[in-house]
Amino acid sequence: MVATDITSAGRMTGGVEVITAADGTPLKQALARANARARRRAFFLVLPLLAFVLVTFAIPIGQLLYRSIYNAAFSDNMPQLAAWFDANPQSAGVADESGFDALVLDLVAARANKTVGRVGIRVNYELPGSTSLFKSSARKAVRFEGPPYKEKMLEVDAKWDNPALWSVMRRASNPYTITFYLAALDLAFSPAGDIENVDEKRRIYVPLFLRTLILSAVIGFLCLLLGYPIAHLLATLPLRYSNLLMIFVLLPFWTSLLVRTTSWIVLFGDPWHCRRRWPYPDDVQSDRHHRGDDPYSAAVYGSAAVFGDENHSATIPPTYVRAARSLGANPFTAFWRIYFPLTVPGIGAGSLLVFILAIGYYITPALVGGATGQLISNLIAFHMQNSLNWSLAAALAALLLAGVILLYWLYDRIVGVDKMKLG
Amino acid sequence: MDPAGYSMRWYDQILTFGMSAPDQARDTSWWSDVWENAQWVRAAKNSIIIGSMATLLATVLGTIAALGLSRPEMPYRRFIMGVLISPMIVPLIITATGLFFFFSSTGLAGTYPGIIMAHAVLGIPFVIITVTATLTGFDTSLSRAAASMGANPVRSFRLVTLPLILPGVISGALFAFVTSFDEVVVVLFVASFEQQTIPRQMWNGIREQISPTILAVATVLVIFSVLLLTAIELLRRRSERLRGLTPG
Repeated sequence: MVATDITSAGRMTGGVEVITAADGTPLKQALARANARARRRAFFLVLPLLAFVLVTFAIPIGQLLYRSIYNAAFSDNMPQLAAWFDANPQSAGVADESGFDALVLDLVAARANKTVGRVGIRVNYELPGSTSLFKSSARKAVRFEGPPYKEKMLEVDAKWDNPALWSVMRRASNPYTITFYLAALDLAFSPAGDIENVDEKRRIYVPLFLRTLILSAVIGFLCLLLGYPIAHLLATLPLRYSNLLMIFVLLPFWTSLLVRTTSWIVLFGDPWHCRRRWPYPDDVQSDRHHRGDDPYSAAVYGSAAVFGDENHSATIPPTYVRAARSLGANPFTAFWRIYFPLTVPGIGAGSLLVFILAIGYYITPALVGGATGQLISNLIAFHMQNSLNWSLAAALAALLLAGVILLYWLYDRIVGVDKMKLG
Repeated sequence: MDPAGYSMRWYDQILTFGMSAPDQARDTSWWSDVWENAQWVRAAKNSIIIGSMATLLATVLGTIAALGLSRPEMPYRRFIMGVLISPMIVPLIITATGLFFFFSSTGLAGTYPGIIMAHAVLGIPFVIITVTATLTGFDTSLSRAAASMGANPVRSFRLVTLPLILPGVISGALFAFVTSFDEVVVVLFVASFEQQTIPRQMWNGIREQISPTILAVATVLVIFSVLLLTAIELLRRRSERLRGLTPG
């Protein structure tokens, strides 16, 4: 279409024939320009959507990731102490008189601005018990008559003499931090500033990531196991029956997830006694609901796996298997040596897609999961809605996102996102 | 099995729940009370408004983009396609959390435009996938023929391309609608009480106690999804016939 205005006209220049377009430009140049125009035209068609997705999807997620490394609750509300930490980079441990001056002035100002709770919570993330320390100390600091403050503060609460508290405050005075990533990996800063494992009993995130991965792998495998024969059947049945069968396979995909969850609860009894709990590591209740999760999830995502499998096995000509049989292979050999290897790409595609979708599994665990059925998505929601540790939620989300993007990239390499099909 | 155990009153409950005067005579004012106050009816209204607006947005933008994406000269085709499909891949909780922060800082939290935009983003991958799949079988010489007869690109799209890819577009739109109609996580994070949808209302019910009303709603929704699925299947077959992939 773009090339219609180009007519080739020969012209002799310096003995070499240069083919030119109607307007006299060399044909090569005109072609390049026409190609560039076609590329631009195609791109401009995509641009509105790309801009929309950028604004309502990429920017929000970018903002979320930024929150995982940036927390200004302390540095914004304790400016003088932050400045003191900057001015005294070498002095570790408990501060001297000037540090306590800055602390008391900041606490009084924060109390007036009603932000002292926020400061306390920020420190509390790393040193439990600090919220009340900050609140009560600020309340009493208002009544101090004047410096020197250090002695008075230590009198108010001996915890101010704790070097660990001061090293936490020093780290918190910089809004850019990796603390939340460490927390999401069950690590923490020691008082000396090294990175170490947290106490055995408090390790919940790494086991939870592992559980999410294992559960997703189990779901992917079950879907494969259940979906493979169906996919084979769909590909070999006459069209009339396979269409009907396809409708049944797709039905779970089209039924509301909440409806499916409701029917699950109705079928398998009320898990009231174990719902709305969070995964405390020593909670052993409701094991049955954890087990209950797997087959259910498999049914949910089974339909997705069948998509992938079916698309591939439909392209395998049945003559291959027949040829193997005519050459003397028994049915099993014909399947294992001929049919199965040809379906491997489909298996990979289907299982990987199920795995990716299962990793972000949130709704069903939240409703029927019980204590041990919670997955990483549920913990992100917990930190967003209940504990309000948004930075930790963001760090957990960032780690989950990194895993998903890796798998998505893998999927793109193996299958190609442009080959994805729905029904 | 006790025959007296069967009752339709829970379906009636869908209408009356939340009304100011459910026991009055069922005249026009009773029905207007249903329309105004019944919680499930309001949730259904919200679901339909949000779902159809999000579908419209996703389908229009998605179809235009799919036209560009299916051209061979599209630059960075695979990467852009990957970006546009990613809302389907990224765990919903991450999308919801990100949107919560973004909407809170831009004042879109708890508003209809906010929810509609969020649901449109979630529906876009489905539109892109179905429409590009339809366009791979599209014979481009048809639109070239239209151009050679003097149709401008818009006219040739409207009269030639669109009628042929319409089944794919509609099935993508249905996918987008169902995505929005079934979506609860983003609604949980960014909607206020005003924008309660059916899944949101069900979420409350399931978390508290499963009343027979919830089961009645669930039954209605199952029937709804069977109807939608049948529509999709019929469209898919029609699309394949139009493109000559299977003998009609």
